[in-house]
Amino acid sequence: MSALASLPPKPLVATAAASLASRARWKPAEIAFWLATVASIFLLPSKHLILTEIAILGLFALSLDLILGYAGIVSLGHAAFFGFGAYAAGILAKYGIIKEPVLALLASGVLAAALGFVTSFLVLRGSDLTRLMVTLGVALVLREIANQLDITGGADGLQGVVMEPILGHFPFDMFGRTAYIYSLVTLFVLFLIARRIVNSPFGLSLRSIKGNPLRAAAIGIHVNGRLVTIYTIAAAYAGIAGALLTQSTQFASLSVLDFERSADVMLIVIIGGTGYLYGGLIGAVLFKLVQDYLANVNPQYWQFWLGLILVMMIMFGRVYGAIMAALIFAICTWTRLPFMQSIVFTLVVLAVLGIARPQILAVTSRITERAAAIQTRLRARLARKPAER
Amino acid sequence: MLTILFDGIAYGMLLFVVSCGLAVTLGLMNFVNLAHGAFAMAGGYITVILVNRLGLPFLASLPLAFAFTAIIGAVFERTLYVHVYTKSHLEQVLFTIGLVFMSVAAVDYVMGSQQQFVSIPSYLQGQINFFGVGIGRYRLLIILVCGLLTVALQFALASTRFGARLRAAVDDARVARGLGINVNAVFAITFAVGSGLAGLGGALGAEILGLDPHFPLKFLIYFLIVVTVGGTSSITGPFIASLVLGIGDVAGKYYVPQFGSFVIYTIMIVVLIWRPQGLFSRAVAK
Repeated sequence: MSALASLPPKPLVATAAASLASRARWKPAEIAFWLATVASIFLLPSKHLILTEIAILGLFALSLDLILGYAGIVSLGHAAFFGFGAYAAGILAKYGIIKEPVLALLASGVLAAALGFVTSFLVLRGSDLTRLMVTLGVALVLREIANQLDITGGADGLQGVVMEPILGHFPFDMFGRTAYIYSLVTLFVLFLIARRIVNSPFGLSLRSIKGNPLRAAAIGIHVNGRLVTIYTIAAAYAGIAGALLTQSTQFASLSVLDFERSADVMLIVIIGGTGYLYGGLIGAVLFKLVQDYLANVNPQYWQFWLGLILVMMIMFGRVYGAIMAALIFAICTWTRLPFMQSIVFTLVVLAVLGIARPQILAVTSRITERAAAIQTRLRARLARKPAER
Repeated sequence: MLTILFDGIAYGMLLFVVSCGLAVTLGLMNFVNLAHGAFAMAGGYITVILVNRLGLPFLASLPLAFAFTAIIGAVFERTLYVHVYTKSHLEQVLFTIGLVFMSVAAVDYVMGSQQQFVSIPSYLQGQINFFGVGIGRYRLLIILVCGLLTVALQFALASTRFGARLRAAVDDARVARGLGINVNAVFAITFAVGSGLAGLGGALGAEILGLDPHFPLKFLIYFLIVVTVGGTSSITGPFIASLVLGIGDVAGKYYVPQFGSFVIYTIMIVVLIWRPQGLFSRAVAK
């Protein structure tokens, strides 16, 4: 009460506007992040192919974060829109309907948005579990359709996609430089839009719906309308990500609609953290690097380690779980354990960790407390300095 | 025509035996176990090892597949699953997907990525001609075993002391605990039996469903359809759902192969939209 009274009386609207504006302000870390991505164009010329993949994955994860992190809609079938966009871009280019890539990209986004709008009514009802099943079902139906139709090439994939130069001036080159810059620009533009959306009153209302749909409805938010809107937007984002993949690889196959793709993107958002846009981007970078590394060490069986990371992250929290999974992997690699023994070793360690979970959690929470205490002390010291000067 | 019906029933029975464990974990513990198919796969591979490599008779290896998978299930439940019960559905999904990824890669490495076949004894091969209807002997065995299991399950749930405790825990775990029922032990046993049944189903179904390392992902959607369409509050719901699914899938693939599995996915979505709790559910008190 006293804290409230000490505040200078301000019109409510102005306070709300100020809080929205402070959310929307660019922070130095954000600027550094985007400068680093620009620098990667010039500093890592040999890595453009994998960087393109990361940018596309990041955009896809951004799309999932919009519905999962902001609106709280869980989805196990987000690949539906990614795949739809991928096939749309491929078909548009292959049959010469829209030849210019940027226009085709937009068209794919619009098509995916239309699909998102139609299917959004399916996720309005029911619990999280129902939503998981329904989204999974939608993705599977689409995959089945793509498998059966002639126009999508069925199980062979969509071959013979030839891309025109971007805007008529920039042809796709062999080394993927154009594709990377193109993907980055698309990612950045869409990121700006997403940032604008989530920092708007609309974005705040989404957060309130995520927090408690009943209360949000009670204060006059049209819950279903908002959910339909954000789901449609997210579908457009995913569709554009898929279209980027087709355009940069000039190929689309059934794998764009795979269950694994939906699961991976979910994992990416969880790794990076939900509800702050950068989570998906950082998650995509980490995921792709880890995947690339693991695929080099264990070409066929890297999914084993991916699964381990997931299990540990859920059991022991995001950070500690990842560290522990990395430790198990490091032990197996350093001792040059054959994969068979690694499996047995990992399972035994998992069982032991599972039994000892309460003790481990006690230790990790103490570490977290200690770290938080140090952080507040540092912050207090930093805040005091300018005043002393 | 009747042969297709028969095959469909066998297929449906198989699906039921595999997925009833999932129905129980989902209904009882409100736990989404996407790794359920991994237990079925484990049962299948255990049978392959026992029959093909160790030369055990096929019928003797079935109870062993059940027992081994049940033990694996119990160990996993006690060490890992027990920590995830209270987490959100999303986290449970991620956790069990992680387990699926691990199991797929591990089995791929240990057993190889090619499809495995169980060598079925000669007296189970071929068909019997029953009033002009060709009936596969192996499918007849499946129907017999699964039918017996279903009756036994129904009896165990409805008429035994354990079944009564289980149902009490389904309805309200807290009150059940207050009445002195050891809910954790009931959970553990139920989970183990559910996994064991999945293993048995996997062992029986290796021949019909096809057994390779991607089994848990390939059939995940089938198990989920059975559970979501059938509802999780009784045994009869999933049973009817699996029969319908089995007959529909076999008939669909036979008569309209161009549609493939398209039909059943669509049915699932429609049912979920229409009745989010499943077709045969009663009102849940929670």
